[in-house]
Amino acid sequence: MNVAAINISLGGIGPLLILSATALVVLAIDCFWPSERRSHLAYVTVAGCLVALGATWRLWGAQEAVFGRMIIVDNYSTFFTGIFIVGTTITTLLSIGYTSRMGIDRAEYYALLLFATVGMIMMAQGLNLITIFLGLETLSISLYILAGIQRQRAASIEASLKYFLLGAFSSAFFLYGVALTYGATGSLDLEHITRAVGETTFASKPLLLIGVGLMLIGFGFKVATVPFHVWTPDVYEGAPTSVTAFMSVGAKAAGFGAFVRVFSISLQPLSPDWTHLLWLLAVATMVVGNVMAIAQTNIKRLLAYSSIAHAGYVVVAMVAASALGTSSVLFYLLVYTFMNLGAFGVVLVLGRQDEEVLAIDDFAGLGRRAPALAAAMALFMFALAGIPPTAGFVGKFYIFSAAVQGGFVGLAVIGVLASLVSVYYYFRVVVVMYFMEPAGEIPLAPRSAPATVALVIAAAATLALGLFPSPFITAASRSLVAVLF
Amino acid sequence: MAAVAFYLVSAVAIACAALVIFQPNVVYSALFLIGTLLALAGLFLLLNAQFIAIVHIIVYVGAIMVLFLFVIMLLDLGRDPAGTEQLPYQRGLGIGLGVLFLAELALMVSFGGGLAGAPEGPLPAAFGYTEVLGRMLFTTYLFPFEATSILLFVAAIGAVVLGKRRG
Repeated sequence: MNVAAINISLGGIGPLLILSATALVVLAIDCFWPSERRSHLAYVTVAGCLVALGATWRLWGAQEAVFGRMIIVDNYSTFFTGIFIVGTTITTLLSIGYTSRMGIDRAEYYALLLFATVGMIMMAQGLNLITIFLGLETLSISLYILAGIQRQRAASIEASLKYFLLGAFSSAFFLYGVALTYGATGSLDLEHITRAVGETTFASKPLLLIGVGLMLIGFGFKVATVPFHVWTPDVYEGAPTSVTAFMSVGAKAAGFGAFVRVFSISLQPLSPDWTHLLWLLAVATMVVGNVMAIAQTNIKRLLAYSSIAHAGYVVVAMVAASALGTSSVLFYLLVYTFMNLGAFGVVLVLGRQDEEVLAIDDFAGLGRRAPALAAAMALFMFALAGIPPTAGFVGKFYIFSAAVQGGFVGLAVIGVLASLVSVYYYFRVVVVMYFMEPAGEIPLAPRSAPATVALVIAAAATLALGLFPSPFITAASRSLVAVLF
Repeated sequence: MAAVAFYLVSAVAIACAALVIFQPNVVYSALFLIGTLLALAGLFLLLNAQFIAIVHIIVYVGAIMVLFLFVIMLLDLGRDPAGTEQLPYQRGLGIGLGVLFLAELALMVSFGGGLAGAPEGPLPAAFGYTEVLGRMLFTTYLFPFEATSILLFVAAIGAVVLGKRRG
C-alpha cells in the first residue's frame, strides 16, 4: 500500500483544517500578546469561521471518500458542516461581552469552541466508525471543559462533572457497540458494514443487534433523547449560557449527523429491527420533554426540556426512514440552530455583571423596557412552538408529513399533540414578557453590538427560512441524491 | 515448543491471578496483578502480536499499575483484615459474574467463533511487527492518527484550564 492509494485530499477536510488552525492561532495570540480584554480573539474566531464557511461552500457538490475511506466528502456532510460553522459563528458573536461579564473571557474558551466544531465535522464526515468516535470524543471533551470553564461558580463545575461522568459512560457504551459491530461484521467502514449486515448469519446476528443497540444508547445520550436525557437539564442550567447555547445546537446537530448516517443510511438493511425502537424513543422523548417543560420556572431548564422535545421530533423523521425523512432532519436541524441560538441569545444579553436573569417571571415587563429584545424572544418562542410563518412551522410540517408518508400516522399524531403542549410553555414566556407587571427592575446588560448582530442574524434566518424555505429544502434534499458509499 | 511455552505462561497467569484475590495485603495483590499482566503479554507474544505485547507491558504494567500502587499507598490501604467484604454482596456478585463469563466463553467455543472477518489460513510473514503497524498508521489510518493528536491537545488544554491555580 502506498500513500497515493489513500487519496489525501486537504481540500476535502479544508473546513476542519481551517478551524483547527484558527484555534491554534487564537491560543498563540493570547500566549505571545496577552491583554486584559480578549474580544479581539473572538473576532479572530469569527474570521476563521467565515473562511471555513467559504471552504465549505466550495465543497458543495463534491463527492468522494478520502483518507483511505476514513472521511467522506458529500453534500450530506457539507450541509452539516455548514450548520456547525454557522452555529459556532453565532455563538462566538453572542459570547462577546457575555464572556467578560462572566469572567470566562479566555483564549481557551474560543479555542475549545473551535475544536468542538472540528469534532462535529469529523462526526459528519466520518465514513468509518473510528473517525466518528474520534469526532464524538473531541466534541465531548471540549464541551466538558467548556461547561466547567466558569470555575468560580460551583454550578458550572457541577455541570461539568456530571456531564463528564455520564458522557464518559455513554462513550463507553458507544465504543463497546462499535467493537461488537466490528466483531459481527468484520469492518468499521460504514459501507462494508452495510454489505455485511445484508449477509449476516444466524450466529452473529445477536452480536450485531447488541452492538447496534449499544451504539443507539451512545447516540441517544449525545442528542438527549428519553431515557438518556437525565443529564440535560442540570448541565444546561449549570453551564455558562453561551456554552449551553452552543451545545444545545452544535452537539445535537453533530449527534444527529452521525446518528442518521450510521442508522438511516449504513444500517438501513437492519431497519426492521431498529424502527420500533426508534418509534418508542421518539414518543417517549416528545412526551417527556414537553410535559416536563411545563413545570419549569427557570428559562434555561425550560429550554433544556424543549431541546429534548425537539430531539424527539427529529427522531420521528428518522423513523420515517425515507429520503423525505432524512432531508427533513437536515432542514429541521438548520432551522433549530437559528431559533434555539436566538432564544438562548436573548437570555444571554439580559443580566448584569456576573448575574444572570434566569427565572421566567423576571422577564415580566420586558415588552416595555426592551421592545426589540422582547419581540425577538417572542419570534423565537413562536418558531420553537412551530407557529407559521416562522421556520419552526415549516420544519415540523416536513417532519410530520414525512412520518405520514412513511405510514407512521399514529406517530405523527402523537408528535402534533406533543407540540400542542409545547405551545403552552412557549407562550407563557411571551405572556410574561408582555402582560405581566415586573416585580422589580430587570437588569439589562450593556448593549453589545456583536451580540445584537448575532440576534439579528438568527431572527432574520428564522423568518427567512419560514417565508422562503424552498432553496434550503432543495439543498437538504440534494444532500441525499447520492450519499456516496 | 510453543505449546510448552503456552502452558507455562498460562500457568503463571492463572497462579498470579489467583494470588491477586487470595492475598490479604493489597500491595502484594497489586504486585501479583503485574505478574498476571506480564504473563498475558507473553501470550500475546505467542500469538505473533509483538507490538501489542510491548504496548501491553508499557501501558498496563508500566503506567496503570504504577497508578494503582500510587493510589494504594496514598490512601494507605495496606492492611485489609482478611475475609471482610468491602462492598455489599461482593462475593456473591463476583462468583455470579465469573460463572456468567465462563458460560459466555463456553458458548463462544461451542459456536466455533462464528464471527465474520476472522482471518483464515496462515498469517502473513510480517504480521504483528511494528513496521506493518507503522505503515498502516501513516497510510490507511493517517486521518484518525492525526485526529487523535487534536483530541489529546484538547484534553491537555482542559487540564490547564480546569487545573491551573488562578493567578
